[in-house]
Amino acid sequence: MSGLLGKKLGMTSVFTEDGKKLPVTVIEAGPCKVVAIKSVETDGYDAMQLGYGEIKEKKVNKPLLGMFVKKGLKPSRLLKEFKGFDTADHKVGDDLTVELFKEEDVVSVTGTSKGKGFQGVMKRHGFGGVGGTTHGQKDRLRAPGSIGQSSWPSRVFKGTRMAGRMGGDQVTVKNLSVVKVIPEKNIILVKGSVPGAVNSIVEINK
Amino acid sequence: MDKLKEFVQDQIREDLPKFKSGDHVRVHVRVIEGEKERIQPFEGDVIAIKNSGINKTFTVRKISSGVGVERIFPFNSPKIASIDVLKEGMVRRAKLYYLRKLSGKAARIKSKTR
Repeated sequence: MSGLLGKKLGMTSVFTEDGKKLPVTVIEAGPCKVVAIKSVETDGYDAMQLGYGEIKEKKVNKPLLGMFVKKGLKPSRLLKEFKGFDTADHKVGDDLTVELFKEEDVVSVTGTSKGKGFQGVMKRHGFGGVGGTTHGQKDRLRAPGSIGQSSWPSRVFKGTRMAGRMGGDQVTVKNLSVVKVIPEKNIILVKGSVPGAVNSIVEINK
Repeated sequence: MDKLKEFVQDQIREDLPKFKSGDHVRVHVRVIEGEKERIQPFEGDVIAIKNSGINKTFTVRKISSGVGVERIFPFNSPKIASIDVLKEGMVRRAKLYYLRKLSGKAARIKSKTR
């Protein structure tokens, strides 16, 4: 999968020619710099390391800065490897832009979901809650119910779904179609929603 | 989300006339029947304008054979061929939902005399 790194700018909508309104996410993707090319001979696999964003030199630690200096590049804020590029077509220092994508492409977008804090089992795991409010039952509408048996195993199994921290996980949404590409502004519009808050970093894979 | 407006600016309709709640309008809608496209008018009072930018919509209410009919149009939809503003209304609210409870003479909107 070839791809790019980008920043989620927010959501809006566009009209299609036949009058349908599509919800779209606006992503500022790239330009990404080719920082390293990995090959089967030297590394055991083919991949391309892309850098996204700018960062001050003094903010980069010495080993990483040394790597950039050696290649004659300015340091990037974020580095990520992508498989699936034709590595023969690119060399270190090349810029990859949003022109990689075209309209009607199908992409998957990976990001970090919004943190939801400590949540109960109904929101976090989709539990149904406990029964009704009759027969003397009260204050248990959103409770998880039983979490195990008594005499055996007389303990709670590991991995039992319970309340806890929700969100802030890496989430991938697949099969989003590209609605529009604006190369001058490095903008790509994809249909549907994308994980993460506004201004968060996302990875777009083709 | 104003900064996102520039990416959909080309879709925002500037050719349609300005109107307000209470105005009497005729909306010409493109309808596709089989292969052919024709234009269907919908005439009534604007009782609400909601949202802004690309998501702007307006609600038109008319009484059709004794039954109230409301239709919500996306303002920027390419399905809208044109809009005629027939009468300017004199109303004191932005949302005229109270008209739904009224009928006959009481449901009239005073029109502005120029």
